[in-house]
Amino acid sequence: MADLNELYQQVILDHNKKPRNFRALEHPTVTQLGHNPLCGDQLTLYLELDGDVVKDVSFQGSGCAISKASASMMTAAVKGKSRQEVETMFDEFTRMVKGELDPEAEPNHLGRLKIFAGVRQFPARVKCASLSWHTVHAALQETHEPVSTE
Amino acid sequence: MQAVSEINEQIKTSSGPNQSESSFDATRIRADFPILKREVQGRPLVYLDNAATSQKPQVVIDAIANYYAADNSNVHRGVHYLSQYATQAYEDARNTIRKFINAADTKEIIYTSGTTAGINLVAASYGRRFIKEGDEIIISTIEHHANIVPWQMLCEQTDARLRVIPVNDNGELLMDEYERMLNPRTKIVAVTYVSNALGTINPVKRIIELAHSVDAVVLIDGAQSAPHLKVDVRELDCDFYVFSGHKVCGPTGIGVLYGKQHLLEAMPPYQGGGDMIATVTFEKTTYNVLPYKFEAGTPNIEGAIGLGVAIDYLESIGLDRIAAYEHELLEYATELIGSIPGVRIIGTAREKASVLSFTVDNVHPHDVGTILDGEGIAVRAGHHCAQPVMQRFNVPATARASFAFYNTKEEIDALAGAIHRVIEVFA
Repeated sequence: MADLNELYQQVILDHNKKPRNFRALEHPTVTQLGHNPLCGDQLTLYLELDGDVVKDVSFQGSGCAISKASASMMTAAVKGKSRQEVETMFDEFTRMVKGELDPEAEPNHLGRLKIFAGVRQFPARVKCASLSWHTVHAALQETHEPVSTE
Repeated sequence: MQAVSEINEQIKTSSGPNQSESSFDATRIRADFPILKREVQGRPLVYLDNAATSQKPQVVIDAIANYYAADNSNVHRGVHYLSQYATQAYEDARNTIRKFINAADTKEIIYTSGTTAGINLVAASYGRRFIKEGDEIIISTIEHHANIVPWQMLCEQTDARLRVIPVNDNGELLMDEYERMLNPRTKIVAVTYVSNALGTINPVKRIIELAHSVDAVVLIDGAQSAPHLKVDVRELDCDFYVFSGHKVCGPTGIGVLYGKQHLLEAMPPYQGGGDMIATVTFEKTTYNVLPYKFEAGTPNIEGAIGLGVAIDYLESIGLDRIAAYEHELLEYATELIGSIPGVRIIGTAREKASVLSFTVDNVHPHDVGTILDGEGIAVRAGHHCAQPVMQRFNVPATARASFAFYNTKEEIDALAGAIHRVIEVFA
């Protein structure tokens, strides 16, 4: 049976209530839209790059607790990281929430983001958790096309 | 193996007719629905997503299984016994549907795959034949996407104009605005009888009268009215009425388009293929008579038979009694859920059926849905395929509880308890 307490952990509830980096950047290198058409979650991600490194990152938008907390923790996690490091975390995070990577058994770079592992028990919520990661991934490609979880 | 006639006998002896008018024995009715005995997340299932799809009574499940086990054959084809038997059952169901909505003739009952297919059929066939540049099609703000997009597509193809009846803050159509919109260019009015997102019952009889005063034809989207209201298409005088089988305790993949005979006669076929033709040569094909002109290909035979049995089942209980009981449930739920601090009910029309859409302050409807699911309660969370409604009420989404005659006040109590739990978690 899926455990609700594992989904709505205190850290997640806290980030939902008080999301970090919840603002616009004044001089973003990239502004990327992300959209989950299934539930209507909308996300605008602002990314300031200094060469290869994420100098600053922030987001705005509306969404459920899972998508908001995930976006909040994503911004905290990628700040100061190189493109390659962010791409690695994107890959690991999306595989973790789909249940394809066990963060307790396999080496990874997810750190505190491991608390989203519980999402794998809630297939309907996987896209909520991964929206911000798909958005930052798209931002790094600099395609300037809105990204969708579909 | 049971024949359909035996299943009908079974219906007659089940829930409905033995009850007194004053009491509605939901407990006894629930026994007809095997799925209501199951558990979800270790708790008894509380199924409050009836506007999405209804559950199926055993008689419908048996009718479908029995069709495949004993009667399966193609219809309108063979001279052999089974084909004739299947054809008879398939056409008997059409007559059951005709009686259900009081249409004049079975020629006016077209089987479709559902409400969406019915609307698309009318938009494509009637639309392409009769709609020209500059014509106007009226819909309302509270339509399901299925009653928006086919008309938008038609407008794009023909350069017709789509106009939208606004609603007030309760979710009721502004009838004055509608009246002002009507003019000699108005050719089609397509509105829902009951809003799937808000539960509003629209004054369709008046809408139809007004549309007819400018010679427009009216399509009524009956997806949400068919399960809850007794509908008489001749009394309403609607030109088209569409509904889905799966929302009236029937199977998925079957639905009905009712159309007035003279309109259906004037419309070109929608899809070509077998069954819809009279004669085919490479030079010219002539089309079959109604209703077959609109039923190309092997149809959903078990769906039609299952829908016929579902309608017999509903009628054995009585649509009026169903409507009265569901109204009682809705009033109870509105009072109970609406009085929870932080809960806002979206859709407060005076005339409503079955639907309670709501938001919880500072909690996204998807989180509401997930926590309710953890308590075994199934509701819909999202935009309900009615994004313009969400925009009108300035919410990204809502949680929606929608009731059927097999629901109980105890289940609504469980819903209220679970909403309190949502508020606790997000406090």
